[in-house]
Amino acid sequence: MFSKGVADASNFVKGVDTSFMIIFGIISFFLIGITATMIYFVFRYRKSKHPKAEQIHGNVVLEIVWTLIPTALVMVMFYFGWMGYKPMKEVPDDAFVIKSIARMWHWQFQYENGKVTDTLYVPKDRDVKLDLVALDVIHSLYIPAFRLKQDIVPGKDQFMWFKAGREGDFDLFCTEYCGLSHSSMATSVVVMDSDKFDKWYVDTTVVASIITDKPGALGLRIVQMNGCLACHSLDGSKIVGPTWKGLFGSEETVLTNGVERKVVVDSAYVMNSIYNPNDDVVKGFKKGLMLSYKNELKEEDIKEIIEFMKTLK
Amino acid sequence: MTETMKQAPTPSFLEYQGRFKGIFAWIFSTDHKRIGLLYLYSMLVFFSIAATLGLMMKLELIAPGRTIMGAQTYNSFFTLHGITMIFLIVVPGLPAVFGNFFLPIMIGAKDVAFPKLNLFSWWIYIAGAFIALSSQFLGDGAPDTGWTFYAPYSFRTGTNMLPAVTGAFVLGFSSIVTGLNFIVTIHRLRAPGMKWMKMPLFPWALYGTAWIQVLATPIVGITLLMVVLERTLQIGFFDPSLGGDPILYQHLFWIYSHPAVYIMILPAMGVISEIIPTFARKTIFGYTAIVVSTLAIAFVGYFVWGHHMFTSGMSGVALYTFSILTFLVAIPSAIKIFNWVATLHKASIDLQTPFLWAFCFLFVFMIGGLSGMVLGALSANVHLHDTAFVVAHFHYIVFGGTGFAFFGALHYWFPKMFGRMYDKSWANIGLAIFFTGFNTLYLPMFYLGITGMPRRYYDYVERFHGPNIVSSMGAMLMITGLIIVITNLVRSARHGAKAEKDPWKGKTLEWTVDSPPSLENFEEIPIVTQDPYDYE
Repeated sequence: MFSKGVADASNFVKGVDTSFMIIFGIISFFLIGITATMIYFVFRYRKSKHPKAEQIHGNVVLEIVWTLIPTALVMVMFYFGWMGYKPMKEVPDDAFVIKSIARMWHWQFQYENGKVTDTLYVPKDRDVKLDLVALDVIHSLYIPAFRLKQDIVPGKDQFMWFKAGREGDFDLFCTEYCGLSHSSMATSVVVMDSDKFDKWYVDTTVVASIITDKPGALGLRIVQMNGCLACHSLDGSKIVGPTWKGLFGSEETVLTNGVERKVVVDSAYVMNSIYNPNDDVVKGFKKGLMLSYKNELKEEDIKEIIEFMKTLK
Repeated sequence: MTETMKQAPTPSFLEYQGRFKGIFAWIFSTDHKRIGLLYLYSMLVFFSIAATLGLMMKLELIAPGRTIMGAQTYNSFFTLHGITMIFLIVVPGLPAVFGNFFLPIMIGAKDVAFPKLNLFSWWIYIAGAFIALSSQFLGDGAPDTGWTFYAPYSFRTGTNMLPAVTGAFVLGFSSIVTGLNFIVTIHRLRAPGMKWMKMPLFPWALYGTAWIQVLATPIVGITLLMVVLERTLQIGFFDPSLGGDPILYQHLFWIYSHPAVYIMILPAMGVISEIIPTFARKTIFGYTAIVVSTLAIAFVGYFVWGHHMFTSGMSGVALYTFSILTFLVAIPSAIKIFNWVATLHKASIDLQTPFLWAFCFLFVFMIGGLSGMVLGALSANVHLHDTAFVVAHFHYIVFGGTGFAFFGALHYWFPKMFGRMYDKSWANIGLAIFFTGFNTLYLPMFYLGITGMPRRYYDYVERFHGPNIVSSMGAMLMITGLIIVITNLVRSARHGAKAEKDPWKGKTLEWTVDSPPSLENFEEIPIVTQDPYDYE
């Protein structure tokens, strides 16, 4: 029924698919059976074939039978549904914890050793727990291949857990409508062999090598990790917020408390726009869409971002 | 009734000249039949708009990436499509059009209990509709929250939310007033001899519906008012940044909006219970069981709203309680299906257009209801919630169920309403194309949901492409069928052959009055002695 080769993608696939198949079997039986009966009656008892209808007012025994049988069947369906669901909320104590942060329209994953990614890397055959946080509106983390989904309500921390059983890349979507780029708020889950994962996990040279790279590279890394590019383009096109191309050093018209004024985009302006985004909104853009990054970005980070902005001529 | 009126041949309600002329003879008329038609014409306009939006969304989804519109436009399209279809068409739909027109006639009354209030409810409806639609043209752009207005996104979006929410709030009153009017009408104005258990099943369905309208609608009214206050005064009911709780909003919203599904489907079931005996030439099987199941649905329907929120993070107890109740509410619907099918047993079936609509209704409604079983199971729900599967499921219920019943009702009562008959072969061709298109459109969406495509997606990954192409083709086919069906009816309302009093050989009271009925329906109030579907 589901796409091939994922029966062991996570430890929940079996429970979900079993309940699905049992229910699917029962409902198919009813749909086909009732439809066939209807069609048979229409042919057998059409006017030309059966000119005089027999008046039958009802039958108490039949009514009881077709009340009790479906009631029993739906209880069976409920049971399998519940059994498949229960383990999803019973997290093993020693699960490997990854903090998952959702914001419009970007996923970020923080590992306990400080590693930060925008793709979810997980080890195979190990219990993984995701601590889920949403910063702005409701999002929902959905991994179809794992049969897992959890809404993430801002202010209410949630969790989900799983044990991946197969190496590979799997889609990860946002399934709670969250605005303009809802459908692009997607990334992937990369399941790695335990050894490979451990190697990847302890390797922090990826970030280090970037620092020695060209100017602004670390800034770009920070920008990518924090989802800035969901709203700010680098090529001059208008998305949700102003593009960063040629932004630094330019003169812009902004609205401050409803009053238009001109500002030069300098370090102080960028810093304030990241910490207090609604103070000076560039004319032509909407207020209230960007949240403060006070808790996410340190001043050093913003300095790196500014170095990166300077390269965007 | 006075002596003078008895002597002259009574003009039909369509020709009757009252105090006003032209359009004012309609928009100021307190005649329940004219008000029913006012609703019908208004809904035809709104439905054309919303169906066009739906078609454009399907065209956008025919290929990944941008096809004919941008993401912001797509998001506002599905919002307006949902608001219009739900609040302006499906919720008021059958009660406002056919309930207004036929409830009084079917129970042997000259009008509803409060005719002026009835006209007022149409005016509220129009006012609400204009407020809601004004959101498209005024302010900072069309709303893009989806018809559910989920917090906190509905507080964060820069678009013009307030008119949409206010419009929905105002429309609620129209629903409450109509419901109240029907309850009183059914209690007070039944013809002599029409005991409760001699009442036809469409009025019974309207009775169950009316109670939901009166009791559940105020909840969404208050909730939407809270959204308005929160957006204007920053109170902090639902927005976590103000200390509110977004889940509270979801509870309040679905406490109304789930019973609202039964506001949509109960009258549809009532229509089917009328059409089937008429064309089967046979009394309905299990009249009492159908009445009891109607009331059971209306009652249990209040306690299942939580199944819209299985993945929101509710407690385990809440989850399995809502799951069990959701399964239980399916039983009365199943009982109805069994009784309708049993009515066909040893019948003498006349395969006319209204019966074919009812027959197709049974098929699509079963798919809708049975796919709901999958969603009611907790583990399957976790996978399928907020995917295309849910979209397919509720379109099978709301469009397949209520929509098919609406068109069935229109083809059934059309000769009575307009005094003319439509072209039957065009009607059947339209239905065949519509039915094929409908299934081609929505069946692939079940598959898309199972393979993991989330709903409200403007763009999708390549592996979802194939089924989306099929689905979009189905949309075009379905709209073609719809155009044929509606054109045929609009044309026939003026040019069709004159219809007899009882073209289908029906037994309920509306077939004893003229086609179209006179202003006061009955020369003399009938005295009822028989069961409603007495074909002995």
